[in-house]
Amino acid sequence: MNAFEYRAPRALDEALAILQEFGDDARAIAGGTALVTMMRQRLVRPGCLVSLRDIPGLDGIEATNGVVRLGALVTHREAELSPWLGERLPVLADTFRRVGTVRIRHMATVGGALAHADPNQDPPVTLLALDARVDIRRAGGRRELALGEFFRDYYETALEPGELVACITVPLLPASSGASYVKFLPRTADDYATVAVAATVTLEPDGERCREGRIALGSVAPTPLRARAAEALLAGERLDERLLRAAGEAARGAVDPLTDHRGSAAYKREMTLVMVGRALTQAWDAARRAVRIPR
Amino acid sequence: MTRVIRLRVNGAAHDVEVPTYRTLLDCLRNDLGLTGSKEGCGVGVCGACTVLLDGKMISSCIALAVFADGREVTTVEGLAEDERLHPVQQAFMDAGGFQCGICTPGQVVAAKALLDTTPHPSDAEIREWMLGNLCRCTGYYKIVESIQAAAQQNRS
Repeated sequence: MNAFEYRAPRALDEALAILQEFGDDARAIAGGTALVTMMRQRLVRPGCLVSLRDIPGLDGIEATNGVVRLGALVTHREAELSPWLGERLPVLADTFRRVGTVRIRHMATVGGALAHADPNQDPPVTLLALDARVDIRRAGGRRELALGEFFRDYYETALEPGELVACITVPLLPASSGASYVKFLPRTADDYATVAVAATVTLEPDGERCREGRIALGSVAPTPLRARAAEALLAGERLDERLLRAAGEAARGAVDPLTDHRGSAAYKREMTLVMVGRALTQAWDAARRAVRIPR
Repeated sequence: MTRVIRLRVNGAAHDVEVPTYRTLLDCLRNDLGLTGSKEGCGVGVCGACTVLLDGKMISSCIALAVFADGREVTTVEGLAEDERLHPVQQAFMDAGGFQCGICTPGQVVAAKALLDTTPHPSDAEIREWMLGNLCRCTGYYKIVESIQAAAQQNRS
């Protein structure tokens, strides 16, 4: 690793001032699982690391007015084990549980997973399907972005120099909804997915037809992405083989995967179709259970 | 660019001056002489460098030493009490939970962390918890048996 200056501020304002001062040469670091690995491989060489470890107010999982807020410093393990999240947004707790190993999940944070912007990560896929928003701070200002506008390219986000992810907000699903996250892993359980899909389904009051569904895809494009053409086929429909096939084909048309040791591009395109079908089926089943057992 | 950090390692306090880029693993091995933790992959995948930070297992090869400033670190050297091996270490010896031994420090630290929170794990819980601790010799059966044997001792 290269030599770098290390700052450990104790207040958010102080951290933002340092990030502004160093601009492009600074990187914020939380758990460091992604950043330190990239620095060890000399893929990034920041002149200054700004540790977020000692900054109060960036942790915690809170819910207000149907929206859950996850602080940037919440670890994957905390999200995975949160009883509240397990009860109200089980798909999100389950998605964090699917990341790497327990060792990684003890260190890796919610904010870090977004700022790293590796399209192979799990949480961004589910967060995208849940219509999450990112709260971004800079010295003297803040802005909020829909997660779909946050990811720009491989390892590239909309964050400008001096900006920091402070928290993420996720709306709870309406009644009669279900969600799922499926990950195709032909090698090991802690690997990145060959194809990952998150889906939500909200049913009409009759419990038979879909009112709205959302589908997000991971590991098949430079960023996680929504399969909007597939989503558009769901409204008003019943779940059957024909619909699953049509949605899978529409999603397959939206992906742009790379050939690598997890599969060829052609294989990943075909597996997108398969995994969209599985994700929708699971989300649909969960929604049907929610209709039978209303909260 | 160095910093003085304070670590509590296996119960003993240390003030160490480290370059900012030093990993926790290198600090333990090179600055404190605790060479039980190994570097395998160097990218947080293989588990040979597993240590506990405030009781939680982490990969010390991708943690900066400065990140551990002010915290409690437990390494494999901290498991035995006086001359008595930790039950997990004894179980690995009795049940043959290792062959070449390079992964063993990480395995026993991870197993101890599991039993700290889950004293009587199922085989499935053991396999899920330990999936990030690679072993190229045992085929894992003996490792699972060793951890079950240590858990049995908890029971008795």
